[in-house]
Amino acid sequence: MPAVHVTTTVNGDRLDYVCESDETLLDCLRDRLGLTGAKEGCGTGDCGACSIILDGRLVCSCLVLGVEAENREIETVEGLAEGDNLHPLQRKFLEHAALQCGICTPGILMAAKALLDRNPSPTEEEIRFGLAGNLCRCTGYDKIVRAVQDAAKELQGA
Amino acid sequence: MRYEAPVSLEAASALLAEAPAQSFVLAGGTDLLVRMKGGFVEPELIVDIKHIPDLQELRLDKDGFVIGAAVPCAALGENVELSAQWPGVVEAANLIGSKQIQGRCTIVGNLCNASPAADSVPALVTAAAKVRIRGRKGTRTVAIETIPVGPGKTSLAKGEFIEAVLLEKRRPRSADAYLRFIPRSEMDIAVVSAGVDLERDKAGVITKARVALGAVAPTVMLVEAAAAAIIGSKLEDKALTALAEACSAACQPINDKRGTVEFRTKVAGVLARRAAQIAYQRAGER
Repeated sequence: MPAVHVTTTVNGDRLDYVCESDETLLDCLRDRLGLTGAKEGCGTGDCGACSIILDGRLVCSCLVLGVEAENREIETVEGLAEGDNLHPLQRKFLEHAALQCGICTPGILMAAKALLDRNPSPTEEEIRFGLAGNLCRCTGYDKIVRAVQDAAKELQGA
Repeated sequence: MRYEAPVSLEAASALLAEAPAQSFVLAGGTDLLVRMKGGFVEPELIVDIKHIPDLQELRLDKDGFVIGAAVPCAALGENVELSAQWPGVVEAANLIGSKQIQGRCTIVGNLCNASPAADSVPALVTAAAKVRIRGRKGTRTVAIETIPVGPGKTSLAKGEFIEAVLLEKRRPRSADAYLRFIPRSEMDIAVVSAGVDLERDKAGVITKARVALGAVAPTVMLVEAAAAAIIGSKLEDKALTALAEACSAACQPINDKRGTVEFRTKVAGVLARRAAQIAYQRAGER
């Protein structure tokens, strides 16, 4: 199988990797670039654990080929915090205990960020629909929704 | 596997015309990558059409809307004019999967995957959408319902691919609606679905209608008897009952764990009835 050289932007940094043409972007992020925030849950786009933002749109990185990332802009959970300062979403997830095992958390944070980027003050229903593609099997969705609501409020400067 | 990302329609067409048997067009990839991972397909060639500028366009020109084959479903919902003129089509496209899936999936992919339960297809059939197909010898335009011919099978010839879905401009006092049944509120595939497009005169009498059903036969079904049942009416109870009966009579569903034959047959009528009421009300507001 021919290896392909890919140049892309991840969290603002220009990066290169070499991958096989049928390798997923999730595997490239994790195994080629060492960015292990995005997780593999189902591998078929059902669970959302691998969610990232690609050119401003929330996607499952398990359903994107690594070669498709050429010259595109990727945001992953690793880019949320600024140095030691957590992003308000991350801080509110901790304050509201909106995570237990943490496997779904990077994907949910990116889904929540994508939602708030487009809709800074979503209703509870909009949050629940916005996060419907992310499965959590231990925390329960209520704390997650509360954390997103609180983060939205802070980001709005309320 | 060879991966190609042509930047012109001609280049894509040339690649697909000479392609090996196991060749696939990649737009959103939300079906193709799942099938690859499951070992159901082993592509020798993937042609990514997202770098072709024409296919990324969603535009309204003098004849109507042109929705390029690489436009993700999320972009349909973000288009104010399309959402205003074809709410049923947009609702259907935005019922597919999650936000993650909608950011990648396309209506042309939904069509060419040829699942009987595809959500956007019945809505596009009621909208009398056409598709522009490109092959080695140029383009041809056909009615959208001629594309799926059975589960997983389309009428496209080898080397052909769909460039765009074409929708006419909305006529006055007309509207569409689409409803599906799933056992939860989000993230599922239609068990039964119904789309209705209708036009009424100034007195409220229906002058034109199209009714399509999904997930109750091997392909989407345009049910002419159901349209005939409401044309000439003001959607009174009698007309609604006749519409529901015509829809149920047309159903040839499978029996599976997601829905029995009896359930699907009955619910097809119920959904068509409700979709017709929504479309009728919307048409009255125009």
